[in-house]
This record gives sequence, C-alpha cells and structure tokens, in this order.
Amino acid sequence: MSRPGRDDSPERLYTLTGGRSSAGSDALDLVTLMVADRAPAPGMQSEHAAILRMCERPTAVVEIAAELRLPVSIVRVLLSDLLDAGHVSARHPRPADPTHRLPAPDLLEQVLVGLRNL
Amino acid sequence: MASATSDRPAFDQPSARPALHATSDNGVKIVIVGGFGVGKTTMVRSVSEIRPLNTEETMTLAGESVDDTTEVSAKTSTTVAFDFGRISLDQHNVLYLFGAPGQERFWFLWDRLFSGTLGAVVLVDIRRIADSWYAIDRLEAHGTPFIVACNDFGGTAYSYEQVREALDLDPAVPLVSCDARSRGSSKNVLISLVQHVQSLYATQESAS
Ligand SMILES: Nc1nc2c(ncn2[C@@H]2O[C@H](COP(=O)(O)OP(=O)(O)OP(=O)(O)O)[C@@H](O)[C@H]2O)c(=O)[nH]1
Ligand SMILES: [Mg+2]
Repeated sequence: MSRPGRDDSPERLYTLTGGRSSAGSDALDLVTLMVADRAPAPGMQSEHAAILRMCERPTAVVEIAAELRLPVSIVRVLLSDLLDAGHVSARHPRPADPTHRLPAPDLLEQVLVGLRNL
Repeated sequence: MASATSDRPAFDQPSARPALHATSDNGVKIVIVGGFGVGKTTMVRSVSEIRPLNTEETMTLAGESVDDTTEVSAKTSTTVAFDFGRISLDQHNVLYLFGAPGQERFWFLWDRLFSGTLGAVVLVDIRRIADSWYAIDRLEAHGTPFIVACNDFGGTAYSYEQVREALDLDPAVPLVSCDARSRGSSKNVLISLVQHVQSLYATQESAS
C-alpha cells in the first residue's frame, strides 16, 4: 500500500470567493488579535457591543467567532465595521520571512522556549 | 463524528476562557490535520490552556468553467466546523492549535488555515494510513512544513520504515509517535515540528 500520485486538485475547478466577507476584512487572519479602543455604548448593535467587551484584552478573531457562536466569515464583517469606525484595532500576526517563506528564526526560538516551559 | 459530543462544548461558561496578556500581539498558528477520530481534538485538549472551542467557516465555492462559457457557474456554500485551543507562550506570542478534518472535501478550509501557519502536524492512525494521503498531498503542494505523528492506539505494530513507505514520505520529514491523550507527548510533537521548521530554515540558509 502506498500513496497514489497527485490527484486532480479541486482548486482547478473552483475559485474561492470570500463568502459574505466584505472588502478589507479578508486581511483579518483567524489569529489576528483584536483590541477594543473604546467601551460599548448604549444603542450599539449587540454583537458590536459584545465584541468590544470581549476585546478589553486582546482576543483572536477565531475566539470571538467561537464565543459569539457565529461563523468566522460573519465575524470578519462585524470586525471590519468596528475597524472602520475606529472602535477596535488589529494586531496582525508577524508575516513570514519573505526570502525563506518560513517564520523568522527569532520567532521560532521564542515558540520553542514557550513550548518547553509548558 | 456525531458521537463526539464532547467536541461541541455548550459555551455556557465564557468566563472559563482566561484573558490574554494585555501585551499579547502575535498570534501563531499550528494546524493538526488527520482523519476522523484520529485524536485531533484530544491532542488540542492535552496542551491547550482553554477547553477546545469549536467554530465554523462558511465558504462560497464558485464554479469556474473556463472552456464552457455556456455553463452557468454553480455556486455552493459549504460550512465546515473546526476546533481550536490556545497556548500563551510568553508576553507577546500566543499559539493557536487548530484541529482540522482531513477529508478531501475540506481542502478549502486547509488552504485558509495553512496560509501563514508555522507548520502542521499530520496525525495518523497506522491502522488507517490512507486517511492521511490527501492531507499530505495538500501540504506538499502548499509548501507548508509538516511532520507526521502516529497516534498510538495500541495493537498493530508497523516499523517506521513501513509507515514511511506507505506515506511516501520525503526522508527530510520527521516521523514521530505519540499518545495524543498525554500532555507531555503532545508537547513533544509540537516541539518536533518547530525544530523541523528550524532545520528547514538552516538548510535554506546554507544553500543560499
Ligand atoms: N488509545 C488511544 N486513544 C486515543 C488516543 N487519542 C485519542 N484517542 C481516543 O480516540 C477517540 C477520538 O479522538 P478525538 O480526539 O475525538 O479524534 P478527532 O480526530 O478529533 O475526531 P473527529 O473530530 O471526530 O474527526 C476518543 O475517544 C479519544 O479518547 C490515543 O493516543 N490512544
Ligand atoms: Mg475532533
């Protein structure tokens, strides 16, 4: 038994469109950390208010989705509303080292140290 | 899958999710991919500081038919659930572990998860090796660093060579065994992955 040759990859048949996500919010990675820049105000959309409460401390996009029990794509839309209004800021993950397309060595070392300390 | 009710927490205790450091500013991703029931959620739970949470991505797949312009492009919306856990590594870095189903029809979720990921762990039950072929193909195609971890369910014993051959693994890809129920063992799998990425980096450095 061994792994057969490369199969017909489905990407050739399909193009991914961003679902319901709006322009710009695609820049929000699942692990982008969101931080509230203001407190929720009365009359705010309840999801927006819930996000602001949750993001008093940094909270990842994916955690917001899980806690609100909403699909990630919907949460991206809500977050881009809040970003546009200046109510939250985004701490984006460090991009890979461009020449190596791998995480930078100092980050790898930090991850290793963190894991060893578990 | 439906029997794994523990995978679907009730979300009745949001306060059970401890807050991150105010200084946390860098989310790091590792994906654990593998077939049904191979132990993905178990591994996430073993090392996570939060109870594994479950969420879903909805994707719209638009049919693309380049040659046949008469065909109306089909649009389907697919929802896929995945679970994740979290490890605060230090004052700045937070590691998120994603458990992703290994079935072929979820490829679009992986491409999302894999982009920008530190690397992936392919979790394999050696009694059902073929379940992981597709995931390995996709990781290779995507260029995402990965290691293979054989989850030990007891019983059948295969040699590393046999498993490597059945997976058609590149000799540079580490193959480790683990018990996903054990925190120490799962932690070692993650450490092996990071060390593998470090060695890839070093190899590229010396080649250039
Ligand atoms: N003996 C043994 N059992 C394990 C191990 N890891 C997981 N299990 C058991 O295998 C079953 C499936 O584990 P899960 O972690 O739910 O697997 P999964 O990959 O998340 O499954 P799906 O999300 O349904 O695809 C559970 O009953 C686990 O307790 C292991 O290392 N050894
Ligand atoms: Mg699971």
